[in-house]
Amino acid sequence: MEKFTTHTGIGVPLRQSNVDTDQIIPAVYLKRITRTGFEDALFSSWRKNPEFILNQKPFDAGSVLVAGADFGTGSSREHAVWALKDYGFKAVLSSRFADIFRGNSGKQGLLAAELAQDDIELIWKVLENAPGTEITVDLDSKTVHCGSVVAPFSIDDYTRWRLLEGLDDIGLTLRHEEDITAFEATRPAFKPTTLPART
Amino acid sequence: MTEARIAGRRSAGAKTLAEKVWEDHIVRKGEGTGDAAQPDLLYIDLHLIHEVTSPQAFEGLRLAGRPLRRPDLTIATEDHNTPTLAIDKPIADLTSRTQIEKLRENCREFGVRLHSLGDANQGIVHIIGPQLGLTQPGMTVVCGDSHTSTHGAFGALAMGIGTSEVEHVMATQTLPLKPFKTMSINVEGTLRPGVSSKDIILAVIAKIGTGGGQGYVLEYRGSAIRALSMEARMTICNMSIEAGARAGMVAPDETTFEFLKGRPHAPQDADWDAAVDYWKTLGTDDGATFDAAVDLDADTLEPFVTWGTNPGQGVSLSGSVPSPEDFGDENAKAAAERALAYMDLAAGTPMKDIRVDTVFLGSCTNSRVEDLRAAADIIRGRTKDPKIRMLVVPGSARVRLDAEAEGLDKVFMDFGAEWRFAGCSMCLGMNPDQLAPGERCASTSNRNFEGRQGKGGRTHLVSPVVAAATAVRGTLSSPSDLPPRSEPDTGSPLADPALLGQPAESPYAESTVS
Repeated sequence: MEKFTTHTGIGVPLRQSNVDTDQIIPAVYLKRITRTGFEDALFSSWRKNPEFILNQKPFDAGSVLVAGADFGTGSSREHAVWALKDYGFKAVLSSRFADIFRGNSGKQGLLAAELAQDDIELIWKVLENAPGTEITVDLDSKTVHCGSVVAPFSIDDYTRWRLLEGLDDIGLTLRHEEDITAFEATRPAFKPTTLPART
Repeated sequence: MTEARIAGRRSAGAKTLAEKVWEDHIVRKGEGTGDAAQPDLLYIDLHLIHEVTSPQAFEGLRLAGRPLRRPDLTIATEDHNTPTLAIDKPIADLTSRTQIEKLRENCREFGVRLHSLGDANQGIVHIIGPQLGLTQPGMTVVCGDSHTSTHGAFGALAMGIGTSEVEHVMATQTLPLKPFKTMSINVEGTLRPGVSSKDIILAVIAKIGTGGGQGYVLEYRGSAIRALSMEARMTICNMSIEAGARAGMVAPDETTFEFLKGRPHAPQDADWDAAVDYWKTLGTDDGATFDAAVDLDADTLEPFVTWGTNPGQGVSLSGSVPSPEDFGDENAKAAAERALAYMDLAAGTPMKDIRVDTVFLGSCTNSRVEDLRAAADIIRGRTKDPKIRMLVVPGSARVRLDAEAEGLDKVFMDFGAEWRFAGCSMCLGMNPDQLAPGERCASTSNRNFEGRQGKGGRTHLVSPVVAAATAVRGTLSSPSDLPPRSEPDTGSPLADPALLGQPAESPYAESTVS
């Protein structure tokens, strides 16, 4: 995974709460078997509307999405994170993220930064009054700069460390393979196995 | 012995069900405390796989040259994009077919047991785990699907995960997880006739909101929950994710043990006794504390239905479409306005005046035999509204066969409903079962998001009996709204299957897995 320390890019105000993953990427795109190439799928229903924010310049070139509360609810599809990344987003700011979406983001190097709703509102105003304003997201100091707004954000320390270091989760876990093997030796016999198959 | 050994892993003090299952699976405790704490490394007892969220994970393993650590704790099926008609023919949609073929290739390569279309054990991933007896109390269960919370009905800690985590479990049979907070959802009293577990969970979500459970594992408790069947408990746990919760659980009890006993993968003989002894240690201790608590009164609960575009936007079926002005919070007001526009509903409209076009009975929420039976009981001897299209999609091939053995297929077909093959179907419309733009659906599924059941489609979430009553009247209805039957009720299930003649020849093969 690529390291994430700081990113500066155009902010995109998405004034909507409960943006579920079916909206971020509709199910029809989930039939693909690749991990890349989902940029066309991002918000595909909404992008048919010419007034949608990503159809307007300069927001179409944005890389920091500023969304309402409860972003990424619903389906566990990691495709939602892939679509945001493939489009060019590096960070999403919201006052509350769905758990699975936040987890998926951390695995893929997309920064899910949790801000106070009041700060989100201030940033929305800046972006709407001066479209094209850039946002700087600094993971080291856990702050967001947008025009005159400077706001702290929260992210759990473990995810932050992994993003800063660009560490692969599986590799980290396999450092403890002996612990896994030792645990397996203590699993009781009554726990089910799928093989051999019984039907 | 075993019981003592596992319980010996637990730290001292009164604990909740979720905390016990968590502690029993810690491979390695994360260092540090509070915000700076590293996650615990948890062992995963069962990994369920399907075609949609696995191909990129298998590819990841292949690229890294890693084996799949425990094929014997892994099982796959085909459900999300499979057709529910003509399952003996090649899948018409080329991208769907490719994805299914990829799953078959991957399972062969990595030695994973797969129940394919046409196999008697194929079906929605969350139906087949319990059906095979693979889902058991006290287990950790994961799947690349958010409705994995379903398995919590057994007292398992069951979570939906993303594809990176799917790959992680494939490679290590573990997941690094931060402990969740716990929330008690206490439901006391007795449900009235026509009110079901679906109404309980819709009412809970309306009460706490789609983000209310965020960061929590919910434990459903109280006399109303204890009185529910396993099927009904699964319906409730299934929709925990719609409240934002990572998992939902019910403590195992005699109902749980009874459901499991004799299933293909349930423990046998001495193992059964050891397992039951362990399972009995799992319930929340007296004196254990939850981080949050919510109470719901079952006695006064009515059938529930959603009016908007998230599962928290629901009301009693006897109520009316709310006005955006009813919401104090500006964001909730804006969300309501947007939802009403999408749903093409006017504030103040009685819910029961809303006409629907399609009724969908299916999904991992409500497609077990008990659900089909409950709906069949309502429609038997009644006539379908001629304008309604009704799809009945059993949750698994086995459910379909069992329903046919009871004659339920005949009840649905006589009524004018379509009797389909098993899969996720119109719950998410990845296969041809979709709503047309503007079409309105009463659906027993779990999500009423914009476009979920087909682009421009409008979804009202309901219970199986409300779905059935709606198919009779054509407008959202509860069973108590129905006129008397046109012919005497023959009772359910049909008393003597022999009277129905032999069922048609089964299209299913018995399992071909090794």
